[in-house]
Amino acid sequence: MAPPTPSPDAPGVKFQAFLAEGSFSLQVCDGCGTQIFFPRTLCPSCGSRALTWKKASGEGTVYSTTTVRQKPERGGDYNVSIVELAEGARMMSRVEGVEPAAVTIGMAVTAVIATDDAGPLVVFRPAEGGGA
Amino acid sequence: MSASDLRCKAAFVGAGLAGMGLAPGYTHLDILGEAVAAALEDAGIDKSEVDGLFTANMDNILPTLVVGEYLGIRPKVALGTNTGGNSFVDHALWAAMALEQGLCNVAVICYGSVARTGGSAAPDQPPYEMRYRPREPISSYAFAAARHMHEYGTTREDLASVAVSARKWAAKNPLAFARDPLSVEDVLASRMISDPLSLLDCCLVTDGAGAVVMVRADRARDARQSPVYLLGCATAQTHRQISQMPDLTVTPAAESGPRAFQMAGLKPADVDVLQLYDAFTINVLLFLEDLGFCKKGEAGALVAGGAIAPGGDLPVNTNGGGLACVHPGMYGIFTLVEGITQLRGAGGERQVEGAEVALCHGNGGLLSCQTTALLGAASVL
Repeated sequence: MAPPTPSPDAPGVKFQAFLAEGSFSLQVCDGCGTQIFFPRTLCPSCGSRALTWKKASGEGTVYSTTTVRQKPERGGDYNVSIVELAEGARMMSRVEGVEPAAVTIGMAVTAVIATDDAGPLVVFRPAEGGGA
Repeated sequence: MSASDLRCKAAFVGAGLAGMGLAPGYTHLDILGEAVAAALEDAGIDKSEVDGLFTANMDNILPTLVVGEYLGIRPKVALGTNTGGNSFVDHALWAAMALEQGLCNVAVICYGSVARTGGSAAPDQPPYEMRYRPREPISSYAFAAARHMHEYGTTREDLASVAVSARKWAAKNPLAFARDPLSVEDVLASRMISDPLSLLDCCLVTDGAGAVVMVRADRARDARQSPVYLLGCATAQTHRQISQMPDLTVTPAAESGPRAFQMAGLKPADVDVLQLYDAFTINVLLFLEDLGFCKKGEAGALVAGGAIAPGGDLPVNTNGGGLACVHPGMYGIFTLVEGITQLRGAGGERQVEGAEVALCHGNGGLLSCQTTALLGAASVL
């Protein structure tokens, strides 16, 4: 028997569907205005179930960062960062387009949608003209 | 009614270790069994009396059933709360409650792992983070270290002094795994894993098992060993995934510590010896600050000055800790065993003279969940 079709309203399904359409969207709580990451079924701040999907500005700041060291033959060093979005949520991601060692705490970054084996995902690039 | 009602109502009367370092061919249950047997022998209590079982591990989804079956114990009270490596310190509070309520009479808290020789299952990874390939758990602690350095000017040398201090203590402990001298330069020169943490900023991966036995205070008075009383114990949690930690430089220890001290009626200055869950060097800095032994941002200078090493004012991880003694994946039980050892005055070459109050602090997950326990010798009652 085929597995049941995932509900398009399931938070994780919806998040990925937006990304597939080229939109980085997150839930915002109708009750308290909290921007929510990761997607879920209630507001982790106030408990409200009234959540509205809104396109994120994509602007953010590097809250912390690390270079994961890896041998060149396995792909070399790469960046992993925690980004604080302008609207408040924090998410793990990576900053692309610069050397891993050049990513610094406080750097202004902008979201772009990339893809990996599992489909579209949000990564960041240094903000245009934002310097650090 | 308050948490303080449980102060000194239960005591540790037995402690045991087994399979420390390498236990090739043994399963995690084999060395856990040895540790429990050693703890019961230490307490002079027969296994048939054990009716409270508290255990967790990374190998079994149903740990109390698996461990109960192996030990041949059919407990009246069993609890397998798993919040990571702090679980066993947290279990002490629940054991004290179960004992005080008469739900059980003899409680055993136990753990074993053969992470070094037998490998171990990787825990489930958070789906929204794993796609970015953080090298967990190291990268999560690296994020905290990087942020601490950014906000407070903490240096890699400060972090390295935690590892150096651990080795100095380990040199005094015959059961410790890494006893060779270590310098700050050695730590700085070790292979970088996830900036700013290098190999020697990370704990050992060893085998090892530990167990402790708890009874009500009235029974403890007649115990074979000097009883060690549970004065205070509290747990706090904030997150599972590191990106959801509210502030990378403030752990839930900032909440568990004050609650444990309040329950015990003590303050940081009353503590003689500290066992702080040192999965990574940054942990010790964060916990010294969050538990009130120095101000936020000042722990780097404190450890660099030698305060936590042998001869310092603030003896930390007297067994060598997870960095130099033993770390099979969940270190919490070993903080209790070493705290008990110190309060019995049985620390041998590493004994902190006159130690009457020990702080045993467990860390779970990715700085996610913290338990602070305060233990006292009979002299502080």
